[in-house]
Amino acid sequence: MTENPFDTQGKKMGWCPGCGNYRLLDVLKDALHELDIEQRSLVIVSGIGQGAKTPQYVNAHMFNGLHGRALPVAMGVKLSNRNLVVIAESGDGCMYGEGGNHLLHAIRRNYDITVIVHDNMVYGLTKGQASPTSQLGMKTSLQVNGVMLEPFNPIAVLVALDAPFVARASVGDSEQTKEIIKQAVSFKGLAVVDIFQPCVIFNKMNTYQWFKENTYYLPDDYDSNDRTQAFEKAIETEKLPLGVIYRRDGRELYEDLLGITHIPLYEHEVSGEAFEKMLAEYR
Amino acid sequence: MYHFENDISIVFGGAAGQGVQTIANALVKVLKRNGYYVFACTEFMSRIRGGSNSTEVRITGKKRRAYVHRMDFLVALNADAIAHLEERIEESTLVFAERDHVDGKDIAGFIDTPIAGFAKEAGNPIFSNTVAVGLALGLLGVSLDAFSAYLSEQFAAKGEQIVSQNIAAARLGYDFGLKTATKNQIEVTIMPAEAPPEELLIDGTTAVGIGAVAAGSSFISSYPMSPGTGLLTFLAHNADDFNIVVDQAEDEIAAINAALGASYAGARALVTTSGGGFALMEEGVSLAGVTEVPLVVHLGQRPGPATGLPTRTEQADLNLTLYAGHGEFSRVILAPGTFAQAIELMQRAFQLADRYQTTVFVLTDQFFLDSVASVQESDIVRQPVKRHIVKTGAGYKRYHLTGDGLSPRGVPGYGDGIVKVDSHEHDENGHLTENFELRRKMVDKRLKRLDVLTKESIMPERFGPRGAENVVICWGSNQGVLEEAIDTLRREDIAGLHFSQLFPLNPAVGELLDTKNVIVMENNATGQFADLLNRELGVHVSRRILKAIGEPFSVEEVVEALEKVRHD
Repeated sequence: MTENPFDTQGKKMGWCPGCGNYRLLDVLKDALHELDIEQRSLVIVSGIGQGAKTPQYVNAHMFNGLHGRALPVAMGVKLSNRNLVVIAESGDGCMYGEGGNHLLHAIRRNYDITVIVHDNMVYGLTKGQASPTSQLGMKTSLQVNGVMLEPFNPIAVLVALDAPFVARASVGDSEQTKEIIKQAVSFKGLAVVDIFQPCVIFNKMNTYQWFKENTYYLPDDYDSNDRTQAFEKAIETEKLPLGVIYRRDGRELYEDLLGITHIPLYEHEVSGEAFEKMLAEYR
Repeated sequence: MYHFENDISIVFGGAAGQGVQTIANALVKVLKRNGYYVFACTEFMSRIRGGSNSTEVRITGKKRRAYVHRMDFLVALNADAIAHLEERIEESTLVFAERDHVDGKDIAGFIDTPIAGFAKEAGNPIFSNTVAVGLALGLLGVSLDAFSAYLSEQFAAKGEQIVSQNIAAARLGYDFGLKTATKNQIEVTIMPAEAPPEELLIDGTTAVGIGAVAAGSSFISSYPMSPGTGLLTFLAHNADDFNIVVDQAEDEIAAINAALGASYAGARALVTTSGGGFALMEEGVSLAGVTEVPLVVHLGQRPGPATGLPTRTEQADLNLTLYAGHGEFSRVILAPGTFAQAIELMQRAFQLADRYQTTVFVLTDQFFLDSVASVQESDIVRQPVKRHIVKTGAGYKRYHLTGDGLSPRGVPGYGDGIVKVDSHEHDENGHLTENFELRRKMVDKRLKRLDVLTKESIMPERFGPRGAENVVICWGSNQGVLEEAIDTLRREDIAGLHFSQLFPLNPAVGELLDTKNVIVMENNATGQFADLLNRELGVHVSRRILKAIGEPFSVEEVVEALEKVRHD
């Protein structure tokens, strides 16, 4: 295999040994390389959390912003220069908790970015509190009697909102995760991939083993264009499906609805003629 | 006998939805086309229908830009308007209203005016607005021609009948006005400008908007909140002509983050909001600070705390912008006093934001944004849009350490370099770091630009007599009222000073005020700018003229306050 241009040299990693993030980082870089994405045209936007550190270790443009706010930043980047490939990447706390409202409205807008959610069902960086996707009963330093709230079901919410590309992967299977990321990045529109990964320090419940035992692959003949069927899959609880759960191609992009051209806004010019015309209205 | 020379104030009062604003817009436009100097300001309740609103239209021989408490004429469209404005009705106020709207009140200057009756006679009660404008023109003795032309333009799309009915309504109001003027010996003499210069008639929102367009602003994401919404609307209306991306955000937090994303990728990005919305944006301001991504924030102030008085005016968010965002970093705060200045300062705001990679706040308020006045076209300054973006090469470092703290700014996709920005403390490449030595350098870097921003800080503008020992300081929207008050007083010992830049302050200001008796007037309860002057420049402020009830200063109350300044 040729050298991956997205590799960074000699950077010290901020992740714990055995963290699922390492595998996801490698998978992401491989997917991007295999897609022939040009390094100079890729921007990875992230929020805050351990997963959100990913772009620190990718040799590409980066906006590592605030907790919960990766999506609005990613939108701003995309609308400012639609020639860029934009990926928003963060954890379950960042995307489904602090930034939940942005996710809902990103789906409504449907701008062409890929959203990757590192879903380890726990808050790692703040040291082990429950996340929106934590499973019932999990004891933490804060949820001393165990998690008592039903976990947030991102897939069901996404399908309910008719998000045009909804997928779930488990980082335990690098190959399948890579294939799904490749599909998501190639998709024209807002593509969301929820990726199961373990937190080896704070989540003793949802381990590689647990993810293996509690997930299954969608069969080859599964029709991801069927929204009703996708919703049935989304609300399954016994075993969780992996794969592209729902996809609807051809939905109009926010960029197009706004009439945004391929000229980046850093080349914006004020038309003198239009300016004179505007002033004339007030004479 | 009622005689008005070169200054008259006509107030139109009615319920929200009754078209008080429409009347004022038509009247000022027609008068402006006749060569008169006009100024209009509006106060309204936070309601969609009902409530009580009023607009004051001033026609003056000299250009004025201030609210007067005095009402020479009141045209009341309903009974509530009279009750709402009762405190301002004096012996000398002529009140034009239908008899049953006066509700048995003893009003010396009441003139029974069948506004709705005339409207009905012309074809429809909704023509009351047109009758009211006709009435005002008749009282002023200004020809109806320009108004008829205006009506033909406005209602062209609605067909010939609507146009002719409106003209008939205007004529009924106009004839009544003329007759009443003769009967009651009302004489208005206002000299129109001799050779009226090319002028635009705009409100404050439009001024800020024109400035944003001229500055090459190409991206706005914002969430509606009065009185900041108008700028978002203005840019939406001009988006197609100027290729401006206009996004209505899901909340203010999204708005500022979207603007930062767009700016990172090279857009000249802007947000507009009011105090409450801005409070939500504060973490984003801090993000702009650490990432050094340029940003312009327009904050239209209104009275707080919290929801406060949503549709009214105040200048109490100076401290909010001054201290917004956790951590320490640079910023600039501008506050235009005139519409021409708003156009110029918006351009300066983007210029400073881009060049110095910082956040620039433009503080206005409801009074400023909703006021209407004419701007001489020759006063409109257009600065060339200079880009401070470099084409990156391999090995580019976004936070390259330089002597002045400013690193050449690259954007993704322009050049071969990689552009990494980070909310964490970071190294020169933009990667997070916890190295204390780098931290020290980066803190320095972000603050250092304040030196040059201070040097470039706009000096305040003086008006009134040179060498006066008493200097009255104002900022932002209070320029017009202070100018007029000082002009009215005509005292050799009182001059005014208007600040259009509030932070950083030019140190030369301190020297300017060294031997003076300094008085500060501002629309807030504590004197935030007076405190800032004292803290930054050691200026001793002897008196504060403050008002925080939701209303702008009137010329009368500033005159009264300044009369108390003792003569030496």
